[in-house]
Amino acid sequence: MHTEPWDSDLANASFEINSSHMNGGTLSMTAEAEYAAVPINVAVNGIKYDAVVEPRTLLVYFLREHLGLTGTHVGCDTSQCGACTVHLNGRAVKSCTVLAVQANGAEVKTVESLADGDNFHPVQEGFHEKHGLQCGYCTPGMIMTAVQLLETNPNPSDDEIKHALEGNLCRCTGYVNIVESIKWAAEKMRKG
Amino acid sequence: MFPASFGYIAARSVEEALELMAKHGEEGKLLAGGHSLIPAMKLRLQSPRTLIDLGTVPGLRGVRVDGSNLVIGALTVHTDVASSELVRQHLPGLADAASVIGDMQVRNRGTIGGSVAHADPAADLPVILTALNACFAVQSPTASRTLAVDDFFTDFYTTAMNSDEILTEIHVPIPPAGTGSAYAKLPHPASGYVVVSAGALITRQTSGTCASARIAIGGLGSGPIRAVATEMELQGKPLTPQMIAAAAAKAAEETEPVEDSYAGAEYKQHVATIYARKAIEAAVERAKG
Repeated sequence: MHTEPWDSDLANASFEINSSHMNGGTLSMTAEAEYAAVPINVAVNGIKYDAVVEPRTLLVYFLREHLGLTGTHVGCDTSQCGACTVHLNGRAVKSCTVLAVQANGAEVKTVESLADGDNFHPVQEGFHEKHGLQCGYCTPGMIMTAVQLLETNPNPSDDEIKHALEGNLCRCTGYVNIVESIKWAAEKMRKG
Repeated sequence: MFPASFGYIAARSVEEALELMAKHGEEGKLLAGGHSLIPAMKLRLQSPRTLIDLGTVPGLRGVRVDGSNLVIGALTVHTDVASSELVRQHLPGLADAASVIGDMQVRNRGTIGGSVAHADPAADLPVILTALNACFAVQSPTASRTLAVDDFFTDFYTTAMNSDEILTEIHVPIPPAGTGSAYAKLPHPASGYVVVSAGALITRQTSGTCASARIAIGGLGSGPIRAVATEMELQGKPLTPQMIAAAAAKAAEETEPVEDSYAGAEYKQHVATIYARKAIEAAVERAKG
């Protein structure tokens, strides 16, 4: 893996993100010297990235704008709606409320990691089978939360599903079908 | 939304974080899970020039028994507090409270120390930790000390910690046999923060009378309010449903809620009688074992 030296000329810093799967898309940014950009190493969907980020970069913008992983959505941007939910070291978190620098050394999984080629993850399949979405904006976050729920509780009750989804808002009022989707996925995963 | 620009330093030890705090003074701010601080920074309510990250300091996470206390590292996230076998066994009221904070994603990041140090008047943990008679271990560059919960929450978003101190551990006495604890909460329907909540720690004699009680009410003041007169009155009384209901009503009377945009004072005080009763009832049930 190729790693660029950290550019110390922060008055007009430019940086590259490097990974074994990317051709080093160059992004430039400026930062005052006292707010020095910080080098981070993050594994996203199994690929290790070295990057240099401004400390105020939120994880969701790092994923979307720096890595081009736009499956993770920005909804409310105030830690309420859960559209930005990703897994950080195996746990569902709201990536609009995590700094990219806090993910240094961590493993991140986004909705893009779920499907295996053309084969959807059972939770994705469940949302398709049970019409768990209308506009689809909240769906990546819903799915990432549901995946974590089913990892810890393979046979959740309706109430347990609702409790787990407390931090994910759907403004198409599709909650009934979302719960059905997750139950469908749970059953499929239990059957193996 | 982005926070204003800031510098970031990942601390490697509590000592280093203390040095960095001394160096940056009021322009520095400690970062734990960031689930109060980062939203406040995104709204530009806070604009520290330097964030000192405690998340990178080893040894601040986890729950252990130390003598007669349960010791919880300040950086332990709510999910881990709620699911800890030690917490569930000895301090079920704390597990109650940790499991109703925010939502699953918030509980996966937010920390017990961050919540305590932030001292939000609508937070859950200060209330139950008051009922549980917790102590807070804090460290300064020159000394360590422990602060009792009754002296800790001094005002809105204000604690008895000095600006050069870091909260490292929460110490909670392991209650004697025949004791139960519980937490009950009316959450705001939109934010999930406390409208009114109550925490109770009740030790029950085998005869069914109350050996001792600690009761705290949340959401109705600048911090948790201990219902001291109610606690004293309950001592030696039979823990009947009537007695519990009377105690809950008295505990609510010990508060002086003020009206806000969500609810009036009279309503809040009424709701306090209900949630105090729920907490005391649940604590008594658990005390029966």
